[in-house]
Amino acid sequence: MLELNKENFEAEVLQHGGAVLVDFWSPKCDPCMALLPDVEALAEKYGSQVKFCKVNAIENRRLSIAQKVLGLPTILLFKDGERVAELTKEEATAENIEAKLKEVFGL
Amino acid sequence: MNQDLYDVIIIGGGPAGLSAGIYASRARLKTGLIERGRTGGQAATTEEMENYPGFPETTGPNLMDRFAEHAKHFGTEFIRDEVVALESHPEFKLIRGKKGEYRSKTVIIAVGAEPRTLGVKGEGQFRGKGVSYCATCDADFYTDLDVVIIGNGDAAIEEALYLTKFVNKATIIVVHDEGILDATKIIQERAFANPKIEFVWNSVLEEIRGDGIVEEVVIKNIKNGELTTLECNGVFIFVGTVPKTGFCQGVVEMDQRGYIRASDLMETSVDGIYVVGDCRQKYLRQVVTAAADGAIAAVAAEKYLHEEEGFREQVLDQKVPVLVNFWNVTHEDSMAMIGIVEDVAAGYGDRAKVVKIDTYKNQRVARRYNVTQVPTLLCFVGGQVVETIQGKVEASVIKQALDKVVK
Repeated sequence: MLELNKENFEAEVLQHGGAVLVDFWSPKCDPCMALLPDVEALAEKYGSQVKFCKVNAIENRRLSIAQKVLGLPTILLFKDGERVAELTKEEATAENIEAKLKEVFGL
Repeated sequence: MNQDLYDVIIIGGGPAGLSAGIYASRARLKTGLIERGRTGGQAATTEEMENYPGFPETTGPNLMDRFAEHAKHFGTEFIRDEVVALESHPEFKLIRGKKGEYRSKTVIIAVGAEPRTLGVKGEGQFRGKGVSYCATCDADFYTDLDVVIIGNGDAAIEEALYLTKFVNKATIIVVHDEGILDATKIIQERAFANPKIEFVWNSVLEEIRGDGIVEEVVIKNIKNGELTTLECNGVFIFVGTVPKTGFCQGVVEMDQRGYIRASDLMETSVDGIYVVGDCRQKYLRQVVTAAADGAIAAVAAEKYLHEEEGFREQVLDQKVPVLVNFWNVTHEDSMAMIGIVEDVAAGYGDRAKVVKIDTYKNQRVARRYNVTQVPTLLCFVGGQVVETIQGKVEASVIKQALDKVVK
């Protein structure tokens, strides 16, 4: 998964034509650490159709807040630079993310 | 379906479940522990942890990592799955997960509890947008910002103290009169001495507002009904917990709030199913009491397995008729019957057997066969009860019964 920060977020997500998933996480957030392997598994499965990225929200606090992310874990989906879906906290489960990917991107 | 039959399956990997795992696997039982996420439970989301005996300076995540390593060390098998249903069958318990199904002779429910929501306007809308139930998860976002904390028990005040390491100001909304907190004294003193903490007394949260993210809260004074608005960037809610026992509904007995009822041995209303930790109806929910629950349940489950296997071998699987004599030391008649039954059976040599069960030590088998008084004598043939004799009787009565079934 591609690591994002304030330098590359714009180019890799907002200027990107196509499907992007961004996982906002932090090493201190237990639910995030539990979810990461699931998201990595989804990246294996759908990596050719969707660009999978992650943001360490603690190191990139301003970037996260600018995206209105104030709670972890949060998964955002973008299509052609537009935010099209968001799953946060308890909603952010492997099953929900996979269902949302299928629904939004027609995988 | 996973074809293995486990001795014990533990549902939930918090301190109660991990402790049960340590005791069960150390007793050489085939032990599986099903956890949907990372092990450690709620304790792993609590940075401040200073009351676990012997570890005054540890953190929740550190202590929980050690619990998990300890359980692995003795051979607990960790299974990553989310349990959706539990069924009790005569020969085994069936646990249905999202990924697979598991069979076990006994089950220890250790699913814990999750933070309770308040149900105020804006709470759901701003979840993850400034509303949080986990300080360690989200504290960093609020560096140099202002937050509001709802609640005044140990959890609320401890988490408020933790948040002061990050935030500019932490305002605690307290429903009680000035100076009164539910938290323990030592924690109260620290909160009162902390310059970053402010209190709003006699008040409750009325509404959370903002544009996309939290910007302000409305607080209601319960004495005069007055509403005031307070600007803030985050709202942390710590108002108790609710047990995650939905999948056990209709399987084991629970109270109206969903906490499962247990005996001193952690037994639920169903034989072979135990409950430990925060999801159990109990007085004190702490890591140390969770760990104690886990140890008790694992030992009780081991004893249960031993007794059940003994009963199967000595009674149910026997090729010859078996007289099962229920007795206990407080009933003289029942003690007298022991000798009478043994004398009668001796006359049949290898063609009949006798097993005696002390109803004080093993109430479970007595209950299963509806034995409500001692002495009671049950005659089993091929695993079924064919004759019930209640009270003290003459040897001839027993002989008559045996003659009918002995070949």
